[in-house]
Amino acid sequence: MIKGGVIMDVVDAEQARIAEQAGACAVMALERVPADIRADGGVARMSNPRMIREIQESVSIPVMAKARIGHFAEAQVLQSLNIDYIDESEVLTPADESNHIDKFAFDAPFVCGATNLGEALRRIGEGAAMIRSKGEAGTGNIVEAVRHMREITSGIRELSTLTRTELPTAAKNLAAPLELVRDVAERAWLPVPVFCAGGIATPADAALMMQLGAEGNFVGSGIFKSDDPERRASAIVEATTHFNDPERVAAASEQLGDAMPGIEMSALGDDGRLAGRGW
Amino acid sequence: MGHLDAVGACGVEVRLPADLRGLDGLIIPGGESTTISMGIESAGLADGIRDLHAAGRPILGTCAGMIVADREHLGLIDITTRRNAFGRQLASFEDEIELPGIAEAPVRAVFIRAPWVEQLGGSVEVLAELRGHPVAVRQANVTALSFHPELVGDDRIHRWFAAECGRAEAGL
Repeated sequence: MIKGGVIMDVVDAEQARIAEQAGACAVMALERVPADIRADGGVARMSNPRMIREIQESVSIPVMAKARIGHFAEAQVLQSLNIDYIDESEVLTPADESNHIDKFAFDAPFVCGATNLGEALRRIGEGAAMIRSKGEAGTGNIVEAVRHMREITSGIRELSTLTRTELPTAAKNLAAPLELVRDVAERAWLPVPVFCAGGIATPADAALMMQLGAEGNFVGSGIFKSDDPERRASAIVEATTHFNDPERVAAASEQLGDAMPGIEMSALGDDGRLAGRGW
Repeated sequence: MGHLDAVGACGVEVRLPADLRGLDGLIIPGGESTTISMGIESAGLADGIRDLHAAGRPILGTCAGMIVADREHLGLIDITTRRNAFGRQLASFEDEIELPGIAEAPVRAVFIRAPWVEQLGGSVEVLAELRGHPVAVRQANVTALSFHPELVGDDRIHRWFAAECGRAEAGL
């Protein structure tokens, strides 16, 4: 199981090797990074199995891949490839507007995105083994990931102050399973690891999210859409590990070249937002 | 960390060489061995860890920590390891393991993309084998386990390790 570190989006075996050499704890195999999915438009689907196999053969770290929300047949295909984790992801075009995948029906662990505590608990209730913030993938803009991580952590803090009598109403308001709400209130954290995803472009972004409570970071377009992917990948790993050490984050941030160009949220419009996919 | 607190030990995270100062023992935990090895190198931790080893402090490597401790990495224990030897994530499993000298009754062991010991020197003691391969070994003050003792409710391995650290501290 993955409890910390940096997970990097890669589109081929060469990028996967760069990610592994930089210290990634896993890679996400996909055909287009989110920034390109945004630019290209059209329907974004599960990656070609051959490309996933090539990446599995090129690195020794775990390989994740994305299935569309609700597309359990894509998830079955990924599991048959002996994938290490399945990401039921809003970055791909949703296949089902009402239902997410029943993740308990699978042996492969799932990671799912969430924008707030209720959404995180619904996904865990369906069997997710890891939660990540949705953020706004492919923008290089950290503002949505910050919002989602704060929503999740402040929701947890609030639950932990309630009495047992108050928890059923909290569960109703969160639209989340009561058993999970009780568990979170008691341990004052989720029962699964929480990572940040969606908008990390710099080492300081990575350090920010760790200080806000993320246990690790997903970096998508931020690495391979930048000037110098090798250095940026290492620098983001360094900043995620030493997130409380500004001098090391500063040292990692030097000589990186340009980060990916970012997108202001107001430029996206409601249709351009991926985080609204899923419920 | 929760297990260490539960057995009365004071656990600290080691990220930088300064964090190694004053430790009675060291646990090299699970994770990805490539990632951990790079972290050790970029933070300059290797010499400090070897000093702890040379000073006779107990060292416990679990899962990826077994790999990091081996001949080809930090060289703390005279073994070579095979990464992901039991298979990928979907091949993860649990089993009961006897650990003589550590726990009286068998412990529940969680194997996730786990390594096994491929070769071992004459002074390495095999504590447990599974499917014909060593999964728990010991040489002097270094113990290496293929599995994740922190993922079960049972804290006997942590209790044993804390006691080892206490004995080393007392010079016994």
